[in-house]
Amino acid sequence: MSIKGKAYIAGIYEHPTRLAKDLSLAQIHAEVAKGALEDAGLTKDDVDGYFCAGDAPGLGPMSMVEYMGLKVRHVDSTDTGGSSYVLHVGHAAEAIAAGKCKVALITLAGRPRAEGMATGTVPRSRGGTPTPDEPFEFPYGPTVVNMYAMCAMRHMHEFGTTSEQLAWIKVAASHHAQYNPHALLKDVVTVEDVVNSPMISDPLHRLDCCVITDGGGAIVVVAPEIAAKLKRPKIKLLGASEFIKTQMGGKVDLTYSGARFTGAAAFAEAGVKPADIKYASIYDSFTITVLMQLEDLGFCEKGKGGAFVADGNLISGVGKLPFNTDGGGLCSNHPANRGGLTKVLEAVRQLRGEAHPKVQVKNCDLAIAHGTGGSLGLRHGSATVILERE
Amino acid sequence: MADTKERKLPAPAISPETQAYWDAAGKGKLLVKKCTACGEAHHYPRPICPFCFSDKTEWTEASGKGTIYSFSVMRRAPVPYAMAYVTLAEGPRMVTNIVDCDFDKLKCDQPVKLVFKPTDGGPPLPMFTPA
Repeated sequence: MSIKGKAYIAGIYEHPTRLAKDLSLAQIHAEVAKGALEDAGLTKDDVDGYFCAGDAPGLGPMSMVEYMGLKVRHVDSTDTGGSSYVLHVGHAAEAIAAGKCKVALITLAGRPRAEGMATGTVPRSRGGTPTPDEPFEFPYGPTVVNMYAMCAMRHMHEFGTTSEQLAWIKVAASHHAQYNPHALLKDVVTVEDVVNSPMISDPLHRLDCCVITDGGGAIVVVAPEIAAKLKRPKIKLLGASEFIKTQMGGKVDLTYSGARFTGAAAFAEAGVKPADIKYASIYDSFTITVLMQLEDLGFCEKGKGGAFVADGNLISGVGKLPFNTDGGGLCSNHPANRGGLTKVLEAVRQLRGEAHPKVQVKNCDLAIAHGTGGSLGLRHGSATVILERE
Repeated sequence: MADTKERKLPAPAISPETQAYWDAAGKGKLLVKKCTACGEAHHYPRPICPFCFSDKTEWTEASGKGTIYSFSVMRRAPVPYAMAYVTLAEGPRMVTNIVDCDFDKLKCDQPVKLVFKPTDGGPPLPMFTPA
């Protein structure tokens, strides 16, 4: 069974806040749910499927189903870190295709900034029963940033990728963020700005990293017969795929991500190829994340990502592959330290023609959204969706 | 930048399945699990082989020789340290640190040798230093 054409994204909402000192976690989940349902032209009582991940308070979906007063017959709280919500879009389509629900609500929220969380630079133990990997990793000080940095270091070693090439990814994101009134970082930066920013963990500088923000977002995925009755542009799901990439028992390879598998599978299901894509939302926890995923999704050859992203090739209206036109996680928003949901949101805006006019891609009828969650350098979950404007 | 300042290392959480690994570490030995069914060595160690799912795995002592697969110096830590993957001569790549060296001279594929560093109340951690 394929999910191609079996589900549509009918509603989206991104919380405008980037610092939520006065909002509770549950409240942000509910606010984004309300926003996305209103965007779709649906109500809470239409929702019969609910999807959330580890950012939701409580055990799986239960607390939020109660808090929002939902009555659902299908739930899914699969957690693959920041890629969860891209994966949830695929799972929602599967559930809809199987008749398990007709209106699926996906929410994300978090307040790491209000809580003063040291997101990227402090090793974290999950507590409780240790994961089997923890004794062999945690004592050595793995952080978010140094594990991604090791991917960049090996990429540079094997393929000659440079810090300047990585910097172009931030430069492109900043060109887009200047038009997003909600973006945390609105200043356009140069390659020099990025490579001269403080070194955090070699070879990643401060400006190679994404922002830390509070906030959230929501997506409403619906059955075709529901989409047909709504007044919003019809955004059809053509393909979806997920994969968990691991250390493979010690056969570690830091030069590629799970996108190698999810991209191939999603493109095959959709029946399109990378060259057909008009707009790409690519997970951007760090500049290296974008570069590796672009290679793995097939937008360029493995090892040629540096040359591909250079010279503004990712800037809308300038380059060949406009990416993250909301400013992405690198400049606008990375709510709850999980950037997958906002990737789907900007892809939908582009397909609807509702992106900012300065970054809107002309005749944007086919888009990809891709997420990576967990740690690119340890183990991560990848998820890809391919979307079409009908 | 030399690794001179002291960095406190947390003790690893030990479970029955990995007790032998940490006991050996206490004696200055690095163990690698090898499967007698498929012949593959793996890391981190498991009783059931992650390649062929056989339970015929045994502990073998590593030579202590390896090369740096990748590394990153965590400059923003109170005491900077070099996170790394080392490719053991026996095959598997392991998460570790590179210590007792000039961090600015580290390179991928550089030969390294095994050393142990004490933890806070637990067995010592296998780490590596330039050979």
